Amino acid sequence: MSENKLILIYLYSRYERFWHWLQALLILVLLATGFEVNGAWTLLGFETAVTVHNYTGLTWLITFAFFVFWVFTTGEWRQYIPTTKKMLAVIRYYGYGIFRGEAHPFPKRKDAKHNPLQRLTYLSLAALLLPVQMTTGFLYWGYNSWAQWGFSWLSLEIVALVHLAGAFAILQFLVIHIYMTTTGHSLLAHIRAMITGWEEVQPDAKIEDWEKAPVKTG
Amino acid sequence: MNRMNLKRWAGVMAVGVLLFSGIASGEEENTDTAPGRTMARQAVRGERPGITVDHSRIDALKKPFSSGPEITGTCLSCHTEAESQFHQTIHWTWRADDVKGKGGFSLNNFCISANKMTDKGCLSCHPGWNKAVESVNCLVCHGQKEINWEEAFADLKVFAASDDASEKEIAEEIRANIRDAVTNIGLPGRKNCGSCHFYGGGGDGVKHGDLDSSMARPNKALDVHMGEDGQNFTCTRCHTTKRHNIAGRIYTVPAATERKSLVEDDLTAKITCESCHTATPHKKGSKPNDHTDKVACQTCHIPYFARVNPTKMSWDWSKAGKLKDGKPFKSKGPYGKKDYLTVKGEMRWEKNVRPEYFWFNGSIDGVTAKDRVDPGTVVAVSHPVGSQDDPNSRIFPFKVHRGVQPYDKIHKTLLAPLLSGDKGYWKTLDWNSALAVGQSALGLPFSGEFDFVETTYVFPTTHMVAPKNNVVRCSECHVRNDGRMADLAGFYMPGRNQNRWINTIGWVAVLGAAIGVTVHGLGRIFSPKNGRKENG
Repeated sequence: MSENKLILIYLYSRYERFWHWLQALLILVLLATGFEVNGAWTLLGFETAVTVHNYTGLTWLITFAFFVFWVFTTGEWRQYIPTTKKMLAVIRYYGYGIFRGEAHPFPKRKDAKHNPLQRLTYLSLAALLLPVQMTTGFLYWGYNSWAQWGFSWLSLEIVALVHLAGAFAILQFLVIHIYMTTTGHSLLAHIRAMITGWEEVQPDAKIEDWEKAPVKTG
Repeated sequence: MNRMNLKRWAGVMAVGVLLFSGIASGEEENTDTAPGRTMARQAVRGERPGITVDHSRIDALKKPFSSGPEITGTCLSCHTEAESQFHQTIHWTWRADDVKGKGGFSLNNFCISANKMTDKGCLSCHPGWNKAVESVNCLVCHGQKEINWEEAFADLKVFAASDDASEKEIAEEIRANIRDAVTNIGLPGRKNCGSCHFYGGGGDGVKHGDLDSSMARPNKALDVHMGEDGQNFTCTRCHTTKRHNIAGRIYTVPAATERKSLVEDDLTAKITCESCHTATPHKKGSKPNDHTDKVACQTCHIPYFARVNPTKMSWDWSKAGKLKDGKPFKSKGPYGKKDYLTVKGEMRWEKNVRPEYFWFNGSIDGVTAKDRVDPGTVVAVSHPVGSQDDPNSRIFPFKVHRGVQPYDKIHKTLLAPLLSGDKGYWKTLDWNSALAVGQSALGLPFSGEFDFVETTYVFPTTHMVAPKNNVVRCSECHVRNDGRMADLAGFYMPGRNQNRWINTIGWVAVLGAAIGVTVHGLGRIFSPKNGRKENG
């Protein structure tokens, strides 16, 4: 195996990359301002932090709606179906193989972008953690309308603390996620791919049928 | 490919800029006038209604008066119902009900009690003539010229009886002064109300932290409503009157039982901020509007009280009675104010005081001379009524005056010493006799055994409304430590309240992840055959 053998494939569509980096920007702003509102640090001042957090959060809700539309209309949702197959192999790779210079047991392909570990992580994010953040965030934002909405029984403290716990989970994900971008064949390979769309992969890897999601490219 | 990347990035950045310009424009619009201000400007626009009588043209007022009640009689010859109306008001009775009121059994932690009007020192603020409680002195509130009536009539008596020509001339001067004062009549101005309310407790700024002589001619920075360079309101602009009953008293009944604005009811009293500013005075969609259901306007708009003159913050009666070289003495502390007097004890004055905050529905409850107290605790001689569950309560700013005052060790009641006069403590410096005389004036027992107990007394802070640039900032309350709301428990407040469990677990998880990936990364760097190297 040598670098000459690597081939370029167009892995991430324009919208995917746009959404990824917009999401990254929004999450960073939300984390920075959210933890300021919580009292963890002072950057913009409480008032500005609240304003920025609110506008960014609402922006997030709108852009997330576009993502949901995209993921279902393109069939990309299939890339998020969880599986246990090869899961152990992937775990073994990151825990051992990566230190031995072994090849990744799950080479990326257009129709199989996520390894089993990523599928599980991204599904948890997109289907669980982010919706919880969006729900609690929206409720928190609408606190003064709770009586009108019939939510008087809700506790601001519980909503706020669930939102905070979610923020910690996202921050933890962010730390690991950013580190994982360095595990490509070069330090910046994955990041370059997420910017240009073109990922360098080994051409001879065998992709099993179940790994492939029939995708209409678009 | 690089050029394509650039184009794509430009697209991403453009969206980012759009998003943030939305945020920025939301802030720029703050220059617009808040709707609540527009409402209030409409409510008070135009000339204030004047009076329809020029009293200098009333012949009845031109006769030579020789006593106060004579003047009142003349007033009543036209204003036939004025005195009977005024006699019904708390300004005259000093009673809220059968028990409460300074003319009743209510106490404070300043001069403690008026001993049912036995303590003549208190009567200097009672609106009668010469500290008597028979005839109303209309001119305390309606006279537009300052004059010392007691002195004027006493001097007049002496000089008018004299045969000396120059003394007769002086008598004529006094008569002219009196005539001037009697014919200079108007609606109460800031100085009329202030002559008592600025000096409550026997001195400038002793009692109220938000009312002192600086409010006679305030500038806008001290009070946006009353400032001479601002709206130049008199007290009665908000403290409106019905049959001499003036809106705004707070004992058992809130100043306003309903939070209504003139928009809802054009005859409502103008005593609350909402009356003119409405309940959502800020720009539509702004966060402060979301606060008005729980936070009083005063809480943000009066950041500090006593901003020009100092106000008394504590009074320790237990330290009274010390002598220097066998004699009573006084000593001066900060701001040139006395911090010790043998006859009064130890006191502390402060300026620019940050209020304390409590839930408040507009009523004040308190301990009267009849109520039992627990000497093991700090006794709240008066306290705000309200709770966070009460929809009529708001978080409201208060001056809390701390005192140390006598109580009966056997009966477990606070005691009301007589202070002024020959039998008063100020002359005798004898607690036992002052307490015995004071209690008997109230018709209440005194066991003869007394000690001192710590007490608190509250004043709602509602004057000295600051210009909008000086309001309390969000972060003064929404902050982890030492915020203005630090002592208000029982509700979650963003930025203030923390959950130790979630914070600990959260940061351990984040830190754990950071350490984990660092170790993993180091492992990759130092492992003999790491994949990265091989791939180049």
